[in-house]
Amino acid sequence: MSRLPKWADVALIPLINLLLALIFSGLVVLYIGESPFEAMTIMVRGAVGSAYGWGYTLYYATNFIFTGLCVAVAFHARMFNIGGEGQAAIGGLGVALVALSVDWPHWALALPAAVIGGAVFGAAWAAIPGYLQARRGSHIVITTIMFNFIASALLVYLLVNVLKVPGSMAPETARFPEGARLPSAYDIAPWLGFRKSAPLNIAFLLAVLCCVLVWLLIWRTRLGYEIRAYGHSEPAAVYAGIPPFKIIMVAMLVSGGLAGLMGINAVMGEAERLVIDNVQGAGFVGIAVALMGRSHPFGVFIAAILFGALYQGGAELEFEMPAVSREMILVIQALVILFTGALDNMIRMPVERLFLKFGKRGA
Amino acid sequence: MMDLVTILQILDSTLRLATPLLFACLAGLFSERAGIIDIGLEGKMLVAAFFAASTAALTGSVWLGMLAGMAASVVLALIHGLASITFRGDQLISGVAINFLASGITVLIGENWFSLGGRTPSLEGAARFQPVNLPFAETLRDVPLLGPIYADLISGHTILVYVGLLTVVATWYILFRTRFGLRLRAVGENPGAVDTAGVSVVRLRYSAVIICGLLCGLAGAYLATGLAAGFVKEMSAGRGFIALAALIFSKWRPWYALSACLLFGLLEAIGNRYQKLEILGVVIPGQFMQALPYILTVVILAGFVGKATPPRAGGSPYVKER
Repeated sequence: MSRLPKWADVALIPLINLLLALIFSGLVVLYIGESPFEAMTIMVRGAVGSAYGWGYTLYYATNFIFTGLCVAVAFHARMFNIGGEGQAAIGGLGVALVALSVDWPHWALALPAAVIGGAVFGAAWAAIPGYLQARRGSHIVITTIMFNFIASALLVYLLVNVLKVPGSMAPETARFPEGARLPSAYDIAPWLGFRKSAPLNIAFLLAVLCCVLVWLLIWRTRLGYEIRAYGHSEPAAVYAGIPPFKIIMVAMLVSGGLAGLMGINAVMGEAERLVIDNVQGAGFVGIAVALMGRSHPFGVFIAAILFGALYQGGAELEFEMPAVSREMILVIQALVILFTGALDNMIRMPVERLFLKFGKRGA
Repeated sequence: MMDLVTILQILDSTLRLATPLLFACLAGLFSERAGIIDIGLEGKMLVAAFFAASTAALTGSVWLGMLAGMAASVVLALIHGLASITFRGDQLISGVAINFLASGITVLIGENWFSLGGRTPSLEGAARFQPVNLPFAETLRDVPLLGPIYADLISGHTILVYVGLLTVVATWYILFRTRFGLRLRAVGENPGAVDTAGVSVVRLRYSAVIICGLLCGLAGAYLATGLAAGFVKEMSAGRGFIALAALIFSKWRPWYALSACLLFGLLEAIGNRYQKLEILGVVIPGQFMQALPYILTVVILAGFVGKATPPRAGGSPYVKER
């Protein structure tokens, strides 16, 4: 079992891992011939130094909260749902279909309907791999990867052949009706300095609500207890009368539904139409976010904001330091996943040894 | 009806398009047979493509390019080995990280070296693999049916296409006819037994991971210096995942891997040639052809057509008893 005090497990080790990822990213920047410290300053200032920056940072963070929770919920049942990308894409389709179906009189009516649309579509896309895992033993990781590609092909087909505005060249749906437009940060809180162009919208509050609901589900309900029990030990869970089929299905449905909700932010809140590639890799960022946040909703929230800042800061970086292109974000993201996920033991083992040594001395 | 020329052209491009899949698929075969799941085939292919193309562009030699590509791919393979063998981390998560690292680093360095928006300069002459004409290809062309097949389909590919086909034979031989292969397969099924027999699990798994890196390197090198004339951002375009699909489709066997890669190559070749396909009055959209390898893999995985049983110890790190 863990020989570490809780604070070291949830804060110290992720921080060391993050630091290592940043050091290696700094080396890459150094190789390109720019100063890593200057790059860091530009990124921090660009992401959180102004209301303009926050407007983007929190918008990205909203996407990542949804996809991060998606990965985290599946992690609790010891499943690696790598299909957040596809589930979010199909969820976006659900949101768009709801938004375009009726001429909505007011967003307060359109929003709940679109939430149901996005969640149901996302959950449905996750249900098939979940079912195949539970009943046929197909590996969830491989099937969800395959479903990402199938989702992207399906979406291209629908946008090019079915949903496209007649006569238009662009493979995208019509703009959503006026009554289906969500209030943006400018509409809600102009006194905070948000401008009209800021993509941040009310979906951020929905994401925060989802964090609370996931926390309640996982730690305050019987179902959540069963999910965690199953994740810790399948034989023990079966012995306790917890049916694996139910747990796998519930975890995947919730997981896919959360990914599907990303459409509320990106499709309904920002683009206000469905375009090809509406997810833009956020599904994969969710993996990094869930790993860093240790699958806890609060951790996911913090990690999502961190990655939101990384995405917005990276965009500013490309603008001010043209030698460092936007792909720097991908490198940092890869290193964070590598150090916090795959190479976790590299830091954990020595830190544990240190704690043992000093713990003994203290006793 | 399609004439012979069209059929030959489609089959010819099938063979070309199947080659990178084949290398990557066999790479995954070595790794997964040794119990190391590798979803980072895509990333390794991508870095190999980039370093092969850029080295070829800088030195003018396609062979140096190929070596550079293989070396870069092995570096990523070693990172995967370090994470999944030495530090017993999650192999899937490590694979995800490697794919991102490859997407980011290729564009970042490419932009720094060439300033062409992530591309490398176009390759020509000795910086690319040239078609190899097999003996008598031209003289035999006039023989009915067999002549064109020999001259247009079998002859005239780059050397790596033939190397790819030979690698299938070599893989089968190594895995099923040598002691190393027996041990490699054993370590993927029951590492404890291999350890008890006094054979190092760690060394075997590292060898498998390195072989995987070398073969992914060939896949990437072929992509950038054989199939195309230079590196383009994200040029692997999901081929690493199609190779993974082919690996499952072939149930982790070398000869089946060849047929699976040829099948998926054929789908790509048909998809490239026809935007829409009409069979018996039903129009099949191109997107369906693109998704077909993935759909077929899900069907196979679901066990509706035969059962795909992966190596038993796949994905779990080996911990020696203390």
